[in-house]
Amino acid sequence: MSAKTEIIVINEKDNVATALKELSAGAEVSFEFQGHIEKIRLLSDIPVGHKLALRDIEKGEAVIKYGEHIGQSTSRISRGEYVHVHNVVSQVRGERS
Amino acid sequence: MNFQGYRRLDGKAGTRNHVLVIPSVGCSQGVAQEIARGLKGVVYLPNVAGCGQMGEDRTVVKKTLVGFGTNPNTFSVLVVGLGCEELTPNEIRKGIIPSGKRVEVVTIQDVGGTRKTTALGRRIVKEMLQDASKLSGEPIPVSELILGTECGGSDYTSGLASNPAVGIVCDMLVAEGGTVILSETPEVIGAEHLLAKRARTPEIGQEILSAVARCENRAIAAGQNIREGNPAPGNIAGGITTLEEKSLGCIYKGGTGPLEKVVTYASHPQEKGLVYMDTPAHDIEQLTGMIAGGAQIVLFTTGRGTPVGSPIAPVIKITGNRQTYLKMKDNVDIDVSKILQGKETIPEGGKRIFGEMISVASGKLTKAEKLGQGDFCIFKMNPDI
Repeated sequence: MSAKTEIIVINEKDNVATALKELSAGAEVSFEFQGHIEKIRLLSDIPVGHKLALRDIEKGEAVIKYGEHIGQSTSRISRGEYVHVHNVVSQVRGERS
Repeated sequence: MNFQGYRRLDGKAGTRNHVLVIPSVGCSQGVAQEIARGLKGVVYLPNVAGCGQMGEDRTVVKKTLVGFGTNPNTFSVLVVGLGCEELTPNEIRKGIIPSGKRVEVVTIQDVGGTRKTTALGRRIVKEMLQDASKLSGEPIPVSELILGTECGGSDYTSGLASNPAVGIVCDMLVAEGGTVILSETPEVIGAEHLLAKRARTPEIGQEILSAVARCENRAIAAGQNIREGNPAPGNIAGGITTLEEKSLGCIYKGGTGPLEKVVTYASHPQEKGLVYMDTPAHDIEQLTGMIAGGAQIVLFTTGRGTPVGSPIAPVIKITGNRQTYLKMKDNVDIDVSKILQGKETIPEGGKRIFGEMISVASGKLTKAEKLGQGDFCIFKMNPDI
């Protein structure tokens, strides 16, 4: 089990994680992936409950949480960057349609 | 892997051994309650339906009452009728008979009033109790479990801790050959295409899409568009980005398995693995539908805490919110808040819940059972006539 407690990854297919506390740009967070610990340097401030990229996500690529597509990126998102409504769009008829 | 359960004559197995009193109509509910009063091992359904429902609603009311009688957690049944109701107690009795259980009927207008009917009813259920006490538990494979899943009073911890942990339990039970019911159609809106992709056949996938479309259209007919403005500004402020993400946070509690079947409200799934039941989001109507469909145990995740329980099936309450657990200890069984503190992983939390589920299936009482919380409410489409 990871000793760090800053972020949570729900499913190992996910390319985003959720912050469990307020995180600041420049901080280093870690998570467990396939039995080893990976470290990420944050590029943005991440409010608690909000998401950060675990991998580089290309423009138009699927954003994955719960092992499923939760939306599509509208710009390139770098590892450690804040992921939310400013760079992800829903793929179903809904809020911003 | 086994739990300690009760084998029934129809081959099914229960986690409990209740004598059940079913009022076939709201008018006989008070007498049913009097019959069950103070008798340990006797439970009753606070049913208010049975008269004034037509068409599909009448069918669903009958199916639900019969489903509680045939649910393997029920040992034997006393149906209490008034005498002039539209859905007769004999219809309920006939529906339960194929399960091989003893089913008796008392009718208030025939027996002659509350006191006489209560006295007669109590004599009958006491006999049933004696027979029930002679049946001892035996090891039953967990593959015979039908697990109902539900969430209510959700908060940010539900999608991050309790639902993912329950998802692990569901994947474990499916791997053991058991059955998991996922339900609550309004919560699937926005993620139905993802659930449909996991369906065993395209036809099953289409059934999920149709169930969601029917639900949305009903809401639109009532003047509400569930999809519009969702996620709400408060959700977005809390970190939810899209409707898919919000809905997945709810349906992830069913695990990641392929979807084997879609059943209608209160229908008994014959398939093993993950099945979907088309129910409303109303907590007690949802719970009632799954138990009428044969669920012998339910995992219920909650962020804010809830007292909900069932007359015949143990309902295990799980929260990822530490404050809720401390504040609502009367009602909440399992605290998985350590997942959000990084002190327990989601799979570890899931394994802990699985272990507790086996203990409860084997007779350990839930908080709701200790409090005697026996909620019951049938989903109807139309107003009563």
